[in-house]
Amino acid sequence: MPWIDACSTDDIDAEDLIRWDHAGQTFAIYHSPEGEFFATAGLCTHEQVHLCDGLVMGHLIECPKHNGQFDYRTGEAKRAPVCVNLRTFPVKVEGDRVFVEVA
Amino acid sequence: MGKRNYSLFGPDAARAVESGLTAAEWYHTEVPRKVMKDLMARSDAPAIRDTIILYGSMILLAGIGIALWPSWWSAPFWLAYGVLYGSASDSRWHECGHGTAFRTPWMNNVVYEIASFMIMRNSATWRWSHARHHSETYFVGRDPEIAVMRPPEVAKLVLNFFGILDVIAFIPRILRNAVSGPTPEERTYVPQSEWGKVQRVAIVYVAIYAATIGLAVWMGSILPLMVIGLPRMYGAWHHVMTGLLQHGGLADNVVDHRLNSRTVYMNPISRFIYWNMNYHVEHHMFPMVPYHALPRLHEIIKDDLPPPNRSIAEAFREMWPAILRQVRNEDYFLKRALPPTAKPYREDFHQYVPGMMRPAAAE
Repeated sequence: MPWIDACSTDDIDAEDLIRWDHAGQTFAIYHSPEGEFFATAGLCTHEQVHLCDGLVMGHLIECPKHNGQFDYRTGEAKRAPVCVNLRTFPVKVEGDRVFVEVA
Repeated sequence: MGKRNYSLFGPDAARAVESGLTAAEWYHTEVPRKVMKDLMARSDAPAIRDTIILYGSMILLAGIGIALWPSWWSAPFWLAYGVLYGSASDSRWHECGHGTAFRTPWMNNVVYEIASFMIMRNSATWRWSHARHHSETYFVGRDPEIAVMRPPEVAKLVLNFFGILDVIAFIPRILRNAVSGPTPEERTYVPQSEWGKVQRVAIVYVAIYAATIGLAVWMGSILPLMVIGLPRMYGAWHHVMTGLLQHGGLADNVVDHRLNSRTVYMNPISRFIYWNMNYHVEHHMFPMVPYHALPRLHEIIKDDLPPPNRSIAEAFREMWPAILRQVRNEDYFLKRALPPTAKPYREDFHQYVPGMMRPAAAE
């Protein structure tokens, strides 16, 4: 599976996320408070709302529509109304670039 | 019999899905990401302060009411206690259900559970109905929280100022939940994984009410019910008054909250009871912004919104004639003018359901 150059490390503030679209798919890439990077599917599993307008709090991403929460490191659904886990994707950082392994 | 069918299993529900209305994207005012992040930031302090004031006031007022009982001198204290019990619980249920009132999740959950009990809503059911209310605000047949159905039944609206219809609807529903879990209609929006919780919550509610009624019978006095249960009726008027203003007389089946929601400037006491939900367009557009940040959000986006009503009285003077007119013509709705600084309404957004938003029906 290919590693795709997604963005620069400077593109995402600490404790925030951005939207990244690739090959017809949409993703969310996160910058944790500890400086690590993570990637998940871009749309909430509840009602297909994009998570990029949501709020990152520690290791949680909160959906902007209904306030459902996921742990973006594991994709685990943490707060109603989300019940289905979020898909996650491997991420690596080389220099100042963030790469996502896209399935 | 009106043209609209509000059943979640009815033809309007199916039409909203088939027409693409339910999948349509809602209009949002543009707010820079950094500004929005700042507005969305969570804090425990404002809600802890407000919760101490709320529950402290309730204990004090109920205590004085009990001490003065059965004298009529207790009446003003019960009336004040009732508004905090039967109306402030509505806004606490709402904000804590969103999870935005406190930063700490367990604090949201504790206040949500207490408020749900007081406002007589099964806490495991209504969280889901409110999610639908936000996804599909005032979509006929899809939104389970439409307060003013068309054509409006004015007598029912008036009765609910005393919580009468809500309580009458609550009793058989909570008993049924306790016996067999969610109703068929509730099962359309509550995930199956939560059905057991719906039943467990209902059993707890029924047990508390049974104990309260038992105590009242044993004492030979309604005093226990003045503390638990009845304030949902004698104190409901404030949340009904403010709740009607949220969407009353405005459009349905549209995907722009500027057309179906209303922002009203209110006095500080009503804003405390209502937890700033008077900024209702703002809340629907950005439900992640906590109640304490809504006044700041309002200042930032107000130039893109219809001018707010200046007071509760002024808002009623606008809404009530529209509701009365909807009795005769259910297609009528208020379409408020936008300021020149706002992005115009997009009529093409709102043609999903034929006949539901004819320009001729609006004023």
